[in-house]
Amino acid sequence: MDSMNADTAEMREQLIEEVLAAYPDKSRKKRQKHLAVAQPAPADDPAIASKCDGVKSNIKSLPGVMTIRGCAYAGSKGVVWGPVKDMVHISHGPVGCGQYSWSQRRNYYTGTTGVDSFVTMQITTDFQEKDIVFGGDKKLDKVIDEIAELFPLAKGISVQSECPIGLIGDDIEAVSRKKAKEIGKTIVPVRCEGFRGVSQSLGHHIANDSIRDWVLEKEGTATGPQPGPYDINIVGDYNIGGDAWASRRLLEEMGLRVVGNWSGDATLAEMERAPKAKLNLIHCYRSMNYICRYMEEKYGIPWMEYNFFGPSQIAASLRAVAQKFDETIQENAEKVIAKYQPLVDAVLAKYRPRLEGKSVMLYVGGLRPRHVVTAYDDLGMVIAGTGYEFAHADDYKRTGEFIKEGTLIYDDVTGYELEKFVEKIRPDLVGSGIKEKYPVQKMGIPFRQMHSWDYSGPYHGYDGFAIFARDMDLAINNPVWDLFSAPWGEKAA
Amino acid sequence: MPQSAEKVLDHAKLFQEPEYVEMFERKRAEFENAPPAPMVKEIGDWTKSWEYREKNLGREALCINPAKACQPLGAVFAGAGYEGSLSFVHGSQGCVAYYRSHLARHFKEPSSAVSSSMTEDAAVFGGLNNMIDGLANAYALYSPKMIAVSTTCMAEVIGDDLNSFILQAKEKGSVPQDFAVPYAHTPAFVGSHIDGYDNMQKGILETFWKDAKRVPGEGINIIPGFDGFAVGNIRELKRMLALMGVETTILSDVSDVYDTPSDGEFRMYAGGTSLDEVKGALNAKATVSMQEYCSRKTLEFCEEHGQATASFHYPLGVRATDEFLMAMTDLTGTTIPDSLKLERGRLVDALADSQSYLHGKTYAIFGDPDFVYAMARFLLETGGEPRHCLATNGGKAWEKQMRELLASSPFGKDCQVWAGKDLWALRSIMATEPVDLLIGNSHGKYLERDLGTPLIRLAFPIFDRHHHHRFPTWGYQGAINVLVKILDKIFDRLDAESGAPGQDISFDLTR
Ligand code: SF4
Ligand code: SF4
Repeated sequence: MDSMNADTAEMREQLIEEVLAAYPDKSRKKRQKHLAVAQPAPADDPAIASKCDGVKSNIKSLPGVMTIRGCAYAGSKGVVWGPVKDMVHISHGPVGCGQYSWSQRRNYYTGTTGVDSFVTMQITTDFQEKDIVFGGDKKLDKVIDEIAELFPLAKGISVQSECPIGLIGDDIEAVSRKKAKEIGKTIVPVRCEGFRGVSQSLGHHIANDSIRDWVLEKEGTATGPQPGPYDINIVGDYNIGGDAWASRRLLEEMGLRVVGNWSGDATLAEMERAPKAKLNLIHCYRSMNYICRYMEEKYGIPWMEYNFFGPSQIAASLRAVAQKFDETIQENAEKVIAKYQPLVDAVLAKYRPRLEGKSVMLYVGGLRPRHVVTAYDDLGMVIAGTGYEFAHADDYKRTGEFIKEGTLIYDDVTGYELEKFVEKIRPDLVGSGIKEKYPVQKMGIPFRQMHSWDYSGPYHGYDGFAIFARDMDLAINNPVWDLFSAPWGEKAA
Repeated sequence: MPQSAEKVLDHAKLFQEPEYVEMFERKRAEFENAPPAPMVKEIGDWTKSWEYREKNLGREALCINPAKACQPLGAVFAGAGYEGSLSFVHGSQGCVAYYRSHLARHFKEPSSAVSSSMTEDAAVFGGLNNMIDGLANAYALYSPKMIAVSTTCMAEVIGDDLNSFILQAKEKGSVPQDFAVPYAHTPAFVGSHIDGYDNMQKGILETFWKDAKRVPGEGINIIPGFDGFAVGNIRELKRMLALMGVETTILSDVSDVYDTPSDGEFRMYAGGTSLDEVKGALNAKATVSMQEYCSRKTLEFCEEHGQATASFHYPLGVRATDEFLMAMTDLTGTTIPDSLKLERGRLVDALADSQSYLHGKTYAIFGDPDFVYAMARFLLETGGEPRHCLATNGGKAWEKQMRELLASSPFGKDCQVWAGKDLWALRSIMATEPVDLLIGNSHGKYLERDLGTPLIRLAFPIFDRHHHHRFPTWGYQGAINVLVKILDKIFDRLDAESGAPGQDISFDLTR
């Protein structure tokens, strides 16, 4: 065993038992299946470092436990569709869902907001009681007319269903079809009501299917460059804090042509044009694998996963991508890696000594709990625990490629569990979301938001790695952590 | 290569480097099918025209950038202000993740709440089992002293009956029979977060006052209302009332909940109105609301129980504070101490010192109805001229009150009141009839960017500035905080607009 010894693994098993003890019987049995310690990799599978697929996943959250998960609407509007910049995305239903998610994912884009781009706007049908009682189709119809009038440069519209839509029997597909003809633009109805599925995940899937049915299978109007031999799409990069741009630069530098970016900083034309590319590169597998599989079946476009977090994975990914092309590209890939090596060396020389050996617990969405692990490895940091909000079994299987046995694994963790795990393990850093940030910091443990990059970023690519390293350092090595206890101790009243 | 280890550039600088700028231009030209730049400019200008304004204000169905949230957010906020209280929102779980994030982003504090995590099967069969298991789990894991139940859209649309569900859950032993589970139906398609606040408050009083007999006493209950500055304001309120010697119970005191220390311990519950106090609140002489539109139903309920009631509009500024204090003396028979009179004098002194910068400044204000009223009233006292007052969740009654207020001062005569309008409407309004300053919440930053009007953040939510909620805006001292914020903005702007290189005009050292 590597850095983790058997004692640690055993202690962690015990910790799981302790935490489970707090649950009522019925719930304990259910939660048990979501918590585990990574097991040794089987001898016949050299590709993985440990076995992490012992946990059950993608199952309904228990009521009342304080799950950290969101809903299908968040997966569709918040993740997949929201960043498509030249379309207007209607939060269809009451005001709340769109209000809380307004501008919160930091999907950067270029363009003039309110004129030719609409990402950071909260556009809603703002349902009132009468819309619930009499149905909202009429309102949607009217809303689409008003959008067409006020935003003439919008290329299309998506209708992001909130909970009530599916419950009151509205026919948003019919409205969309009719209005698309009338206004002459793409309109995509999305059935991503929050009660569907068990997390954001089904929302991703539904959003992917809606791209398939309402964009790819329609006659698009995208004109554009003649297809070329080096055309690729970046899929599943939402350009959080500019991630997709830091990635795009590297791919362009190695001679590839990124014809579509899904869906950070994307335009409808980029989506329509995607089937003409030679290869789909997928970053967030969880949220967009569906459409890659579809494009493979339908258009014969191969797809591959890659990882642009941290220099080891960036180099490995650049080489793997280059393998799909000719020697020129392969040579270019080596050149790119060599070009950035001095930057990597300088970043590591500066930050690694300050971070070496520090332990990290992660709890993020569907990709990062494994994808960022090697970036921490590069900095000499050790993962003590990791888990996903909405992963499936295939994600946990892949997790084994990156993390070591003995790591604590928690699926759909509850507020209670995470607090206890963090309290007992006391890692040097926790990476999770806004809801977890302040409880963890109050305990005196450094924290970084790993959905929004804590208002920093980009973290992808070589440019991003420097920022990632800086941010982990500033979180852990800030002097505030030494100020927590008052010095007078016993002298207190 | 723009990046380096010595000076790490993040998004704020990195994307202004030529490598990136060139890449953006190439992407736009080759792949985006973007409209040509002159067309973008033309349409952009058109969105700021009178013609556009007419279409924009003529909207009947579409809502763009509203300044309101949904009911359960207010219910979660109200529920949080009681000792050991856990908010439980019955319905789909995504909503709860949103409320918690929303509150955490504003207060930079933990925000705990649980969901009954209803999914498709619950949509068909109802959410009774979710209530039964949910209450049991929440009770076992988080050891609350009470659980405040509200609802998301889903539960409301399928018509789940909270009262009967909670009774059945108690039958099944989810929580002890005598455990407090107040509840409120909070449909998101009716009203806004301020109504959710009201409904939850009423639900809590209903639960604790049920079957109890009122023995009228001398105490006063105070309902603070939904307020992003609650931490500073409730503390300031308590301080002022203590100076007056008035015995009060704050109904939903979130001041410690959203301001816990960093000392190594995470406090899921901190402070809050004790459950005994809530019970005792029935005996109070009167219940006073600091924000009328956050408490209409609750006050009605208090009246039904024989209490006197009074409500204010977010007492901010000289006269609003005067009125509040005098009302408290009327209710309790105490007097206003000299120390508060001194504070009043200091506020007036500050206003007098700065009047030449305040007089005649024009403003647009948006936010919740009581806040907008308060802000306009204070600006009138400074010699400022509110020109646009907007509350997306303001109705006819509010509009009327606003008009009366504005008619009471010559500085209010050019002001227009926009009830029910959103911030995209305000964009057109301000583009065609500009003002000097904008007062509102963080969402106003888009207006500041598009129109160049400086934004002063004084309303919930404030996501992009830190710690303002720790300072009061109520009372005489609170008004000084507000005043300083306004003045700082005015002075910063004056400096930024003067002293261009090559001249030394208006860049005065003393102002
Ligand atoms: S589904 Fe309804 S209750 Fe939930 S956030 Fe949206 S508007 Fe609010
Ligand atoms: S990286 Fe994680 S949080 Fe981000 S989109 Fe993918 S699954 Fe969601």
